[in-house]
Amino acid sequence: MTAPLLQIEDLHVSFSTRHGLVEALSGVDLSLDAGQTLGLVGESGSGKSVTSLAVMRLLDRAGRITGGRVLFRGRDITRAGNSDLRQLRGAAMSMIFQNPRAALNPIRTVQDQIVDVLRAHRRIGGREARSTALDLLRAVRIRDPEQRLSAYPGELSGGMCQRVMIAMAIACEPSLLIADEPTTGLDVTTQKVVMDLLAGLTTERGMAMVLITHDLGLAARYCGAIAVMERGLVVEQGETATLFRKARHPYTKRLIAASPTRNSTLADLAQGAPPPAAAAVRRPAGTGALLEVQHVVKTFSGVAAVDDVSFRLAPGGSLGLVGESGSGKTTLSRMICRLIDADRGDILFLGQSIGAVPAREFHRSPHRREIQIVFQDPNDSLNPRFAAFDCIAHPLRRLEGMRDGAALNDRVREAASRAGLPDDLLGRYPHQLSGGQKARVGIARAIAPRPKLLVLDEPTAALDVSIQAVILQLLDRLRREDDIALLFVSHDLNVVRMLCDQMVVLQQGRVVEAGDSRSVFEHPQAAYTCALLDAIPAFRSAGTPGPGGADRRMTCGAGSAVGRLSATPR
Amino acid sequence: MSTAVAGRSSTTGHVLFVLRGNPLTAIAAVGIILAIGLAIFAPWIVPYNPVASDVPNALQPPSAAHWAGTDQLGRDIFSRLVAAARLDLFIAASAVSVSFVVGAAVGGFCGYRGGRLDRWVGRFVDVLMAFPLFVLAMALVAALGNRMENIIIATAIINLPFYTRFARAEVNVRRNLGWVEAARACGESHAAVVLRFLLPNVLPAMAVQISLNLGWAILNAAGLSFIGLGVQAPTPEWGIMVAEGARFITTGKWWLVAFPGLALMLTVLCFNLLGDGLRDILDPRMRT
Repeated sequence: MTAPLLQIEDLHVSFSTRHGLVEALSGVDLSLDAGQTLGLVGESGSGKSVTSLAVMRLLDRAGRITGGRVLFRGRDITRAGNSDLRQLRGAAMSMIFQNPRAALNPIRTVQDQIVDVLRAHRRIGGREARSTALDLLRAVRIRDPEQRLSAYPGELSGGMCQRVMIAMAIACEPSLLIADEPTTGLDVTTQKVVMDLLAGLTTERGMAMVLITHDLGLAARYCGAIAVMERGLVVEQGETATLFRKARHPYTKRLIAASPTRNSTLADLAQGAPPPAAAAVRRPAGTGALLEVQHVVKTFSGVAAVDDVSFRLAPGGSLGLVGESGSGKTTLSRMICRLIDADRGDILFLGQSIGAVPAREFHRSPHRREIQIVFQDPNDSLNPRFAAFDCIAHPLRRLEGMRDGAALNDRVREAASRAGLPDDLLGRYPHQLSGGQKARVGIARAIAPRPKLLVLDEPTAALDVSIQAVILQLLDRLRREDDIALLFVSHDLNVVRMLCDQMVVLQQGRVVEAGDSRSVFEHPQAAYTCALLDAIPAFRSAGTPGPGGADRRMTCGAGSAVGRLSATPR
Repeated sequence: MSTAVAGRSSTTGHVLFVLRGNPLTAIAAVGIILAIGLAIFAPWIVPYNPVASDVPNALQPPSAAHWAGTDQLGRDIFSRLVAAARLDLFIAASAVSVSFVVGAAVGGFCGYRGGRLDRWVGRFVDVLMAFPLFVLAMALVAALGNRMENIIIATAIINLPFYTRFARAEVNVRRNLGWVEAARACGESHAAVVLRFLLPNVLPAMAVQISLNLGWAILNAAGLSFIGLGVQAPTPEWGIMVAEGARFITTGKWWLVAFPGLALMLTVLCFNLLGDGLRDILDPRMRT
């Protein structure tokens, strides 16, 4: 048997910080054969990226390999000199980064940047360089490659930038490609196109690939083998199908359980959570809607961001607004929260027109208390100068005129405990809290004034799956027990299916499909909904036969829809 | 609350960590505290009346009785230096406070609102900065009249652009963050969001600018007096003392110029060093 292409043995990496050495990797073992695709999966802080940077020897100055070996084609590269490394990087192994727009030089053309890579490894004439660059752009299936050669990164969409990055990475025909979260920040349909491209290229060229991702479904769909990392260690490694069928390590099991599949329910996601209370009191039919959006239009500098959208939400109900970036879902949520004004149309809350009150004046409206919002990124949704207590107390002080004292204390503590935030964290400042804790503070702040409608703007998009599972369950419980209606804004159809009764699918500001979320999910009518559904990378949960990636049954021509979407030029 | 204490002590720890790597900041802070102390307690500290002349004792070199010597009218230079510190620091502090308050408020609102108002204010600030600022201050004092409040106004106006621009830029990058929208969902008006939420968050970064500007404002006030456009003799003021003493330097009476010059230099240096140190303390990249 030949030696594996890449072998990592007992790799230790430490970072020197003010508080002494911090060990990021404590003995990682991995091996990868030529042509194989390995998924490196784990939550934030598990050491996935550090591993890949250590392999490429691209650790920053604070980080150092303190032990172990990295063998590439049987040769130890942990002690290779700079000139050897330059030979290796790009030519033998190359890397694709998370944010393609930031990884490309904004003031150089696509051709220049590809040629730079070529010239770094061999002497090549101008004409040959140009034709090679063109071939590469064709290989990554960019439309109109001739024109794209002279384009600057700013003129390309995110998905196209990532294709250029891929073209650069494969320019010198490396035998190993490391893709570090290559599709994070891209829309789901773009993610699918980029990942299909990567999978195709690795097969075509016999490249091995390490796919680093936090998304188990993505790894299952595209990788032959998966290594699961937790706190600087590989806790489990194996063939994808086997790993999902018979996970041995408790962390892997937890991760698999927390990742939503097509059939999972909220209760499946986090074991050990309290079972949901009895279903909310069913209201007699015919009661008025809590929220009614009527033909709302919002235009930004001539482009309609929201174009004639209408829907209604019953008290205590839940509705998901689904769409990709540019679909107008965020703009719509801000209008419903009365943070910005609509150009046309009306918004009714409990039968009263709140759309008529200018957003500038809405802070004095009695309905301000009743519509609250939870923001996308927990990291920037808390005032850095407020402790958690003051964050949660803020709406109570402002909207209910509460003064410091026992009553305020009780309300804050009640909201915090409803959101699952321990009392002893209330004195902390945002930078002393983890992402999940910050998300809970954001939710506690929103539910503190006992609103009737909670608008959630992708509240879990920036969170790890295990935290996402807990937050989703928490939201569901709030709806059932406290009778708060949820308006859930998300790009993730699957999450919306689990949490919401109703679903509205938006594309470029227009409603393309609306209805009961289960039936939309199971029998999508619009081609765009099919494309969104098909793009969700999912795996079958434990017990079901068949390897990962098999779960692609579709009820309408989704493939063509994706093709059409991806082919749309910017 | 114990956690709050933990938060504070980690900030103290951070300050100590930065100071250990940068002892000049600590020295500068001590120097400034000393200068402010002298300024506040000047009337009780000065050994002689700073304006009372004692002609028989004129032009004495430094001695035990007169630490910094005496000037051409026999006035004690050390006493005059201390009294001048009070005046110069007062001018600088008032001017910088005025320009900070006005500049931060205007810049903050422009950065938050954007649009036409922002463009007009931005162009006005550009025009202001296109003037040589010291010449602008001279012209303002000459036009408004040679009084202390006018010196303060002139100094405040030439410092204004820095604060306006700074506050505008800092507020502009923060105005779309989640917590700003959250504050509005909690029932805050636009004005309250700017004044009570955005500006306090910008304040630490502006502290750097304030420290640097204080040194500059002192130099500016002394410069105006030096060319005869500021405070008038016989009021003790560093700029006037240098101007008057300059006549005697050719005859070897160096102390008339050297001590006020040194006082001026050290004060400005301390403020600049403190500004640099504050920048390090507040730099988020240092906080890992």
